[in-house]
Amino acid sequence: MTTGTVKAEGRRQKAETPAGFDVAKIRADFPILAERVHGRPLVYLDSANTSQKPVSVLQAMDDYYRHANANIHRATHLLSERATALYEGARAKAARFLNAPDPHTIVLTKGTTDGINLVAQSYGRSTLKAGDEILLSWLEHHSNIVPWQMVAEQTGAAIRVVPINDRGEIEQEEYAALLSPRTKIVALGHVSNALGTINPVAAMVAQAHAQGAVVLVDGAQAAPHLAIDVQALDCDFYVLSSHKMYGPTGTGVLYGRAALLEAMPPYQGGGDMIASVTFEKTRYNQVPYKFEAGTPNIAGVVGLGAAVDYLSQIDREAALAHEDAVLGYATAQVRQIPGARIIGEARDKTGVLSFMLEGVHPHDAGTILDQQGVAVRTGQHCAQPVMDRFCIPATIRASLGIYNTREDIDALVRGLERVREVFA
Amino acid sequence: MSQLNELYQEVILDHNRRPRNFRAIEAATATQEGYNPLCGDRLTLYLTLKGDVIADVAFQGSGCAISKASASLMTEALKGKTVAQARELFDKFQAMITSDHAGPTADLGKLSVLAGVREFPARIKCASLAWHTMKAAVAHDTDAPVSTE
Repeated sequence: MTTGTVKAEGRRQKAETPAGFDVAKIRADFPILAERVHGRPLVYLDSANTSQKPVSVLQAMDDYYRHANANIHRATHLLSERATALYEGARAKAARFLNAPDPHTIVLTKGTTDGINLVAQSYGRSTLKAGDEILLSWLEHHSNIVPWQMVAEQTGAAIRVVPINDRGEIEQEEYAALLSPRTKIVALGHVSNALGTINPVAAMVAQAHAQGAVVLVDGAQAAPHLAIDVQALDCDFYVLSSHKMYGPTGTGVLYGRAALLEAMPPYQGGGDMIASVTFEKTRYNQVPYKFEAGTPNIAGVVGLGAAVDYLSQIDREAALAHEDAVLGYATAQVRQIPGARIIGEARDKTGVLSFMLEGVHPHDAGTILDQQGVAVRTGQHCAQPVMDRFCIPATIRASLGIYNTREDIDALVRGLERVREVFA
Repeated sequence: MSQLNELYQEVILDHNRRPRNFRAIEAATATQEGYNPLCGDRLTLYLTLKGDVIADVAFQGSGCAISKASASLMTEALKGKTVAQARELFDKFQAMITSDHAGPTADLGKLSVLAGVREFPARIKCASLAWHTMKAAVAHDTDAPVSTE
């Protein structure tokens, strides 16, 4: 299995779809891939935005509503026991998925954004003070920037940003230089959503720890591609979204180091997060429940558990090799298009091909591709600093899931030819 | 492909390639920023009002073909109009690009080439950015950039 620390040794260039990886069988698991759009077969190249869902995930959520729907942790009846078992079962699955030491280090959230806000407002707000620094990278998604700006505003802490090079890789020397005893929190994407860069997270965590900083890793784009081991990464927090890893929207995971979670104040108040309530004094529930106020998205969490099951029963190393092979093919094909400029050529990347076509605004390309059944994302990808870094308004982003094929890339290339015809 | 051809008509492609009135006006009586955060389209609109009449209008900025062509066509349509006529044109233009049923667009003249946008809900904001910016510029009630989000 590939761990969270993948070495930059041109893995992508060498990648070939392994003989045992049957992409047709995978595609059959995703009913939406049979959809037609604008009268054409759907070519879905927008999985970094949200992935499609296998039938097992849809079935698990449907089964939950048909056979187990009740509130969790609250009632003595059988349905509530079933619902609680499914919900806590999903937590245990998420713990195994991340190789977390204990299910109680897993907080179930609404998604990556919610997880980062929780850490910023609970851990950050209770520990940061004026003069402290929060270190981010230039690659971050807005959701790993804005929550830190908010807590910096509240506490007087300052934001520092590590620059990236022309390939879209974090400047490691600058990172080392920016780390200091003032650095209290480092917040880093594992994989860049805009460019696909895989950051050397384990090494960066070790450097941050040497300065006494706590590290949050945004794994939203890593979880669908890489095997993740939070103990090997040694990070303090790891956040992800279910919907980017073949699960439903509206749910996600926050892993936190047990001692940190224990010490952190609650994020939101409400039911289920308390041990006892009187008007004089409320005692909070134990970790992780003190961070899960209110009735959660139970069906969504059940779907998340099913998505973890789905990923667990496929050979993920083979799936990654397949995705890398398709990405390598896409990179080579797009590079041959006259006027194409690839944005983000990190030596180690996964899942994302961001590019521009000379003389064509990405938004126009997106509309013309859509008319041919090809779904891509065009725009700033919630990463405006990345766009500013490359002095571009936006990119066309084709992003991959385990179900994509070389034929999908051929359809993209044909679509781009049509774009060039319109704007010839 | 017919919807696509209707969206990217030759007039629109031409105005995208060679936008008209694509310049700054140094002595503009009103300057207004417009921004569409969805796609990063950004423009600055310059208006010179003589009394109640739009004597000159120009724009600068970057954006997709639809937003650029729409801004270019708008500047052509507005020159010499009164502020009241400009507002009336805004309403007619909005109706044309958002209405479900194709109404008569004859009185919009050349602007009617943008009617095809209504078949592309994700692109309506591109076509309307310049117009919202114009409306704010003549209202003079804000210095804040106009956003179509």
